[in-house]
Amino acid sequence: MYMAYKILEKKELNPQIFLMKIEAPLVAKKAEPGQFIILRIDEYGERVPFTIADYDRAEGTVTIIVQAVGKTTMDLSKLGTGDEVLDFAGPLGVPTKLDGKKKVAVIGGGLGTAIAYPQAKKLSKLGADVTVIAGFRSEDFIILEEELKAVANKLIITTDDGSNGVKGFVTDRLNEEISAGEKYDEVIAIGPLVMMRAVCTLTKQYDIPTTVSMNPVMIDGTGMCGGCRVIVGGETKFACVDGPDFDGHLIDWQAALNRQNMFKEFEKSACEDGKCRIGRTHHA
Amino acid sequence: MPNMSLKKNPMPEQAPEIRNKNFLEVSTGYTPAMAMDEAQRCLRCKIKPCVTGCPVGVKIPEFMALVAEGKFEEAYQKITEDNSLPAICGRVCPQESQCESKCVRCAKGEPVAIGRLERFVADYHMNHGSDDVKTAPANGKKVAVVGSGPSGLSAAGDLAKLGYDVTIYEAFHTAGGVLMYGIPEFRLPKDIVQKEIEKLEKMGVKIEKNVIIGKTILVDELFEDYGYDAVYIGSGAGLPSFLKIEGETLNGVYSANEFLTRINLMKGYKFPQYDTPVYVGKDVAVFGGGNVAMDAARSAKRLGAENVYIVYRRGFNELPARAEEIMHAQEEGVQFALLKNPTKFIGDEKGWLCGVELVNMELGEPDESGRRRPAPVEGSEHILGIDTAVIAIGQTPNPLIKQTTEGLETNSRGCIVADENGATTKKMVYAGGDVVTGAATVILAMGAGKKAAAAIDEELKK
Repeated sequence: MYMAYKILEKKELNPQIFLMKIEAPLVAKKAEPGQFIILRIDEYGERVPFTIADYDRAEGTVTIIVQAVGKTTMDLSKLGTGDEVLDFAGPLGVPTKLDGKKKVAVIGGGLGTAIAYPQAKKLSKLGADVTVIAGFRSEDFIILEEELKAVANKLIITTDDGSNGVKGFVTDRLNEEISAGEKYDEVIAIGPLVMMRAVCTLTKQYDIPTTVSMNPVMIDGTGMCGGCRVIVGGETKFACVDGPDFDGHLIDWQAALNRQNMFKEFEKSACEDGKCRIGRTHHA
Repeated sequence: MPNMSLKKNPMPEQAPEIRNKNFLEVSTGYTPAMAMDEAQRCLRCKIKPCVTGCPVGVKIPEFMALVAEGKFEEAYQKITEDNSLPAICGRVCPQESQCESKCVRCAKGEPVAIGRLERFVADYHMNHGSDDVKTAPANGKKVAVVGSGPSGLSAAGDLAKLGYDVTIYEAFHTAGGVLMYGIPEFRLPKDIVQKEIEKLEKMGVKIEKNVIIGKTILVDELFEDYGYDAVYIGSGAGLPSFLKIEGETLNGVYSANEFLTRINLMKGYKFPQYDTPVYVGKDVAVFGGGNVAMDAARSAKRLGAENVYIVYRRGFNELPARAEEIMHAQEEGVQFALLKNPTKFIGDEKGWLCGVELVNMELGEPDESGRRRPAPVEGSEHILGIDTAVIAIGQTPNPLIKQTTEGLETNSRGCIVADENGATTKKMVYAGGDVVTGAATVILAMGAGKKAAAAIDEELKK
């Protein structure tokens, strides 16, 4: 039925981050914010999870936003409109619970902003008052500014170097908002582990429920490998089937940070080798 | 004249010190002469106890007689009357506790090598025969099969033969289930599995990969939106159990599923030709004593580990793995740390595994499974230095279908409740294999698939 998954659109969002709209009608039909897909480029490829950034059920497409940092994401960055990926499965994971919220702060860090966007969009559609705080390294790395503006009641952009928006970290801005009397029923934080941990440390002080989206190493995405386990409230959970969203105040952040490094050395060697691999013909 | 040798014809194999460095198949298979000689050890006894030991009732003495006469293709046809995947079963069935355990030759000496002969015949057919399987004319009815492991494949094969329009839905990018992601290449070459699957496709079975039933498509939608008349669930036992001890999220600790999937399905043993890495350190402990544990231990050895230990809480005689796998593991240098149980994993400052605390066990009275219950020996805790751990203590069914299918009853262990024909509590939904029984064997899963196929046919003919 669907032998390959065609890339219908590719757009660079910044020098490292690009968007891909992929034809996958069955996935599009079921996709919800907070869920993810597993993609494999070719028969040599890894199965890599990507959070669903957007979907269009009528068009039958799913959009992912990718940062070229590892072997698979770099290979993916070389593909363009009209190319295909071999495997694309989903939607996986539990959708984020977004209904019934009055006022929510959605925090995105770097690429995490791409994942925070569909959540902000859906919250806005459900009638919530949405504040988006999105942090980037510098002006060149800002993504989705226009899109976020359209769905947020208030958008705050921060950059580490102050080249655009406010200089500083997302946590500082969130702290300012809370101190100024903003009352959030929930904070949703999506980004690098250290950022999510910092947000949780802050919101814990104010006792604001905080949801984070974990993106650990996984293979199948269906609960089979257990590679994506995270410790939540002292219990082992699988990000793929129990998450990827969890109560940020219950996450064992140190364990999560350690596990992130498990395959780092391999990733480095795979990238250094680039395309010139023994016995391998790439896209022959 | 029957061959009265007390011993089986030995299986030609790669030498242990060579094979523990490669992923090629360990056993290279009988020659035709060996097969004919071995088949003559069968006494063709009237009572056929071997057949009662086979979960699918393969007509063993009949196929033995054909092998003895050199009629290998006819022997293949005889086997496939009851078993559609003989090349696989000949390699992975626990014959010593099934057919061969009942062989009358066991009274004095070794049983007839039924498993090896089944494998020989199937391999002979793959190399010499043709796969023009006759299927009944299309009957216009559609059946969806969930999962392409042994249970789903056998159900799909039988239903296709009966003229049904069969589609298998597979969550992964490759069909075959545990035959692809679980059992290693050196025990079950993957091209054999793929040939069996191609045979089904030639019979008209369609395979939809990357579709997760319960997520991408719900069971109810298979009936309502896709127009299936029946659904067979053979989604297996994919959820790994962990030990639930301290340190289980340390780097270097794997579930057997993750470790073996990286190696087998993702071909991590060919990294970096393939992108998926598999980390194996110098000292590896595998926890558990079943076939999966043996597969993990032997894979670790092949990936260059210096010391590989099987850590099992009972004794040698209680190891649940196939006798051949235990023997092969020993020959390949896997060490057995028996009557030991892990109490906690120990990590370094960067979160990497560097050891495990073990406690010695002693065996007490038999428990409900009939095996002697192990109990810890107080004060016997000691540390084993390891940098890789693989947890192979079992799997339970994946909950995705259960969570999204109303009216489908499951038990306290998460297994789908089904009767002996595979009928579940939901209309026209059948289930079988590990998703019903919990983790068991390939042949039992196949048997369940066959029974359910017959029951589905019975019901749809009404």
